Amino acid sequence: MSNLAVGATTDPGHASDDPSRRDFIHIAAIAAAAGGAASVAWPFIDQMNPAADTLALASVEFDLTKVMEGMQVAIKWRGKPLFIRNRSAAEIAAAQKDDNAPMKDPAKDADRVKVGKEQWLILIGTCTHLGCVPTFGGGDWGGWFCPCHGSQYDTAGRIRKGPAPLNLELPDYAFLSDTKVKIG
Amino acid sequence: MTLKLLSKAAVLAAFAGLLSFGGAVMAATTEAEAPKTQFSFEGPFGKFDQAQLQRGYKVYREVCSACHSMSLVAFRNLGDKGGPFYDPKYPNSNDNPVVKAIAADYMVDDIDTETGDPSKRPAVTADYLVAPFKNEYAARASNGGALPPDMSVLAKAREGGPDYIRAIVNGYKAAPAGLTVAPGKYYNPYFPGDMSSSWKGDPNDVPEGGVIGMPPPLSDGSVTFDDGTKSTLDQQATDVAAFLMWAAEPKLNERHQLGAAVLIYLLLLSTLLWFSYKTVWKHESH
Amino acid sequence: MSGHSTYTPKTGLTRWLDSRLPILRLAHDSFVDYPTPRNLNYFWTFGGILGLCLGVQIITGIVLAMNYTANAALAFNSVEHIMRDVNYGWLIRYTHANGASMFFIAVYVHMLRGLYYGSYKAPREVLWLLGCVIYLLMMATGFLGYVLPWGQMSFWGATVITNLFSALPLVGPSITTWLWGGFAVDNPTLNRFFSLHYLLPFVIAGVVVLHVWALHVVGQNNPTGVEPKSKADVLPFTPYATVKDGFAMSLFMIMFAVFVFYLPNSLGHADNYIPANPIVTPAHIVPEWYFLPFYAILRAVPDKLMGVLAMFGAIACFFALPWLDTSKVRSKRYRPTARLYFWLFVLSACVLGLCGARLPDDQVIPGLKTFTLIDSDPNSFVWLSRIAALYYFAYFLLITPILGLVEKTSPVPETIASPALNAKKA
Repeated sequence: MSNLAVGATTDPGHASDDPSRRDFIHIAAIAAAAGGAASVAWPFIDQMNPAADTLALASVEFDLTKVMEGMQVAIKWRGKPLFIRNRSAAEIAAAQKDDNAPMKDPAKDADRVKVGKEQWLILIGTCTHLGCVPTFGGGDWGGWFCPCHGSQYDTAGRIRKGPAPLNLELPDYAFLSDTKVKIG
Repeated sequence: MTLKLLSKAAVLAAFAGLLSFGGAVMAATTEAEAPKTQFSFEGPFGKFDQAQLQRGYKVYREVCSACHSMSLVAFRNLGDKGGPFYDPKYPNSNDNPVVKAIAADYMVDDIDTETGDPSKRPAVTADYLVAPFKNEYAARASNGGALPPDMSVLAKAREGGPDYIRAIVNGYKAAPAGLTVAPGKYYNPYFPGDMSSSWKGDPNDVPEGGVIGMPPPLSDGSVTFDDGTKSTLDQQATDVAAFLMWAAEPKLNERHQLGAAVLIYLLLLSTLLWFSYKTVWKHESH
Repeated sequence: MSGHSTYTPKTGLTRWLDSRLPILRLAHDSFVDYPTPRNLNYFWTFGGILGLCLGVQIITGIVLAMNYTANAALAFNSVEHIMRDVNYGWLIRYTHANGASMFFIAVYVHMLRGLYYGSYKAPREVLWLLGCVIYLLMMATGFLGYVLPWGQMSFWGATVITNLFSALPLVGPSITTWLWGGFAVDNPTLNRFFSLHYLLPFVIAGVVVLHVWALHVVGQNNPTGVEPKSKADVLPFTPYATVKDGFAMSLFMIMFAVFVFYLPNSLGHADNYIPANPIVTPAHIVPEWYFLPFYAILRAVPDKLMGVLAMFGAIACFFALPWLDTSKVRSKRYRPTARLYFWLFVLSACVLGLCGARLPDDQVIPGLKTFTLIDSDPNSFVWLSRIAALYYFAYFLLITPILGLVEKTSPVPETIASPALNAKKA
């Protein structure tokens, strides 16, 4: 490898070398190194994404026979509260009657439930104002009342009064049978 | 220059020697060395054989899980890529119907939300494999005071790994005349131990190995394989050892594949850097 | 060789920055224009490699800490969670675990380079001492980190090493209780070890800055041991040393990758995959390979306190080295006798490492029983480690000082690029 020639200095006769060929190898090497460094970044970024055990709990199956008519069950889903409400006929009628009433976030009752299963209202139980959990049945419309700043939701979970800007959020869900629903 | 290269090589060789000896921890036990098996997952290009994993799972499920927990493995892992029940149609193993059915076979502890009393519910894919005993004391009580180890990482927790597991399962032998074996224990030449105090024969010929608390768990035909493979003791031992290796290292396939890509890239990068280096130093002497 | 700066900011922005915080000037002077001896061999690339290792360990460590739980009941399972559930967790964990071994492989080569070429001699004593401090910090960090997975070796290794302090007279047991935060290694110990393990690498980084600063004040040593005398002896760090370091790093990464992807558990112990059990001691407690020589020295001495002192003394020898070496010649390239003793030292360190992995009473030559000398058969690893340890200490405390005064050296060249060198290099 080493060759301690006499007076080891720069060889003056190299002007004849093709400079562009010399530059190419350096560009190629630096590009390869940079590419490698960039691909190394991905695992470190991806490890912050939800892990497999978290994702496994992304869906939950719920037995609807647990919910009496006119009542609600709250479960924890993806770290947040989930309301599963079995609406009475009166509550459904009240919600449908107000379909065209003026409201901050207009929505029809039929769009917030599944066909043939209108009594089942499934919502994420987080107030869209600042995230508190609304209480069941309170407020002027009999839906939910948020004790933190007074937002009131109707029996379709729509915001009717108070500072919250949006209706209670609807998760993805599907009925596996008349008595079983899969959420998420 | 050659001498320097040689000395550098000598230093590296000494380190390599040190490393390999550093790893070989010699205890004062006398067990026989487990014969080397040719598993499909060995070597740099190794990967798990799904059919073997399925057979091994059946052995675990029907025999071993009666005493051994595997609490770090979830039902959904059985359907993960590289696992025994992976189905490309269900990339999310939580949707895999075979896995869901396996999970649903088990009951796990739950709380009745209406009364607050403990209850049971069928397991879901997110749950972990159900342990056979409630706690360590129950496990010991049912096994003559010995604790059957959890099998989640067993294949990495023993010198020799899957080779050792296969050897133990295969290796039970009748205790030679002159060897006293306590009741409830079983002589196994592959199990670490020192039989010199229980040996009444020639002191230079102490039987190798030790006594294990587990009776021979398997025998020819004890588990029927769904794919028709002949169920000999050795086949069951080999398959369950492979399954336990999967349980301990479920990411092995992925690790080997990524390793190949990384090494190819590094060899390419080294070549480019070598030529870059040579070009930079072309007119300079060292 | 710190001359004046050759950096001239080219743009308005860089001129503005340069007059407020000359950081680009510092970077340029230290790593671009910095005059580097032209005859450095590949042993000089390990400094850069060590910087790479430190970076890898810190980044993988921080990411592991996002997913790890430092509680005795949860730690083992949290590591398995990383291996199984966290995206690429297995890759990050294996990189960190094997990275520690790679770090020590590189540091031992780096230290042996310093020993061979006399890089510890004046005016580089402070540079050498800072390096010794880094080595100590690395050992502490490695020890603390190994405890975190809370396997059998983690727990019992922590027990053995913290119990060493109980050997100190009078205050020993109180210090040990204080270290433990209890009556044995347990959850309080694990928690504080995690905190310290997170802290120390940043202390190492700080000392590395001082180390590189000290290096740049006195300049690099080189294989001849002769200081650069003129511009002909040196080349600018970039691109000459940069590209060579880059090439060496990519070769090092190949070795690293082979371990991470194909032999990830080969440098560890199977017993550490058994969750820690305070009631059951493993048949054979062994530290990680990079501690084995010191472990052998500890066990070589029959007395507990003297063993501890010998072990720390073995490390202290490195600190004392600049003042132990009396030779007028720096590089062992021109010291043939010293070279021989140096390689014997390397051999003794390797033998000590081998002994550290074995039980003290195991036979070196199997089957050969002789007699009992003091406490053990001479054909035992404890006696082999005593002989090797004797040479280890003799090398530092006797051979190095005496040899410098009585040796015959080969002629040392006038300059790095001297014609007289054409003949042969060692």
